[in-house]
Amino acid sequence: MNRFKDSEHLLRVVGVFLVGVTIFICFRAWFVPKSFGEFGHYRADSLAEVAALPIVHAGHETCEACHSDVLDVKKTGKHSGVNCEACHGPLARHAEDPAAVKPVLPDTSVLCARCHESNSAKPKWFPTVVTAEHSMGMPCNTCHTPHNPKIGGEKK
Amino acid sequence: MNMNRRFFITLTGAAAVAWKSVLAGAPEDSPNYKITDHWWAMLIDVDKCIGCGNCVRACSVENNVPEGFFRTWIERYQVDDQHMEDPLVDSPDGGMHGFPVRAPGTGLTGNGVKEFFVPKLCNHCADSPCTQVCPVGATFTTRDGVVLIDEKYCLGCRYCVQACPYGCRFIHPEKQVAQKCTLCYHRITKGLTTACCEACPTGSRQLADLKNPNDPIHEFMKKHSVQVLKPQMATGAKAYYANLDGSVR
Repeated sequence: MNRFKDSEHLLRVVGVFLVGVTIFICFRAWFVPKSFGEFGHYRADSLAEVAALPIVHAGHETCEACHSDVLDVKKTGKHSGVNCEACHGPLARHAEDPAAVKPVLPDTSVLCARCHESNSAKPKWFPTVVTAEHSMGMPCNTCHTPHNPKIGGEKK
Repeated sequence: MNMNRRFFITLTGAAAVAWKSVLAGAPEDSPNYKITDHWWAMLIDVDKCIGCGNCVRACSVENNVPEGFFRTWIERYQVDDQHMEDPLVDSPDGGMHGFPVRAPGTGLTGNGVKEFFVPKLCNHCADSPCTQVCPVGATFTTRDGVVLIDEKYCLGCRYCVQACPYGCRFIHPEKQVAQKCTLCYHRITKGLTTACCEACPTGSRQLADLKNPNDPIHEFMKKHSVQVLKPQMATGAKAYYANLDGSVR
């Protein structure tokens, strides 16, 4: 008879253990997101969340789809490798709705100097000027056209 | 409605397709993107960087980076023969507004002074220390080789910020979660290049897909000496620097 009383203790321990495991499994199912561990020790859904962030720079292919005339001028000059949004700024919203969002024409006296202002750390191959001496405060587009900067080059 | 057998079979097919799209949820933006077909990296030609700050500005706007924090930045190095181990490095506003000409007498004056710009960003390490220390699995390397952060899961505990040997992570001042360069994951999965590469006027930065056999990076690596930052740390860094000076840390 005593033996049965002892095993009751064991059963109680097992019971408590089972309840604990059940609570743990329930909480785990509740707290761990469904996609966690699908690809690794992280939430697989977060990949799609990061990938769904809004695009701000349209990309030069999008610009060139409409502004092919500018592309033709740019191709002939030194700025052929410079993408549109490098100077004009991010314009994905303009690409989505060209009528509603109009790009602002950049100020050449600020814009050009960003790249072409002389600085001893710039690589030797890159053409630079000291703007104060070079243009005496005049905006660069007085003489140069940014899409094809060589004086006397094709204009646009 | 006249329901004959032919019509019924057509209808079942259409219903099956419709049900499949219901099960799949919203259609993906980039249905042609196969994650296992890519292994992203960045190629940076130090000789081409002019320190204009276009990449920093483009990144800030594209990714809504809080003011005073940077996911990419440019450093200006000045080295002479006495300072190979401790070069003079500055990065005003991350180089966002370019670099002012050094005031006379503030730079190094030893023999063989050289100056150059080094763009920096997350190296998207294949064996990244930052993902290894995350206690909750909020940061991870994707199967296409990009180190990302799950902002909903991040506790903001800052372990990863300390772990990154390249100093690429920061805590967002309002969200209180870790942030860093995502290699413009929202762009590259849609066939676009990153915002910094898009805005770089000299092509100093180039997004590279190492799994694509036609990517120009393979040809470039054959012909140029290319290295990564802190190779001794064996992080598997994937920001490859061409023409990198030995003094760069």
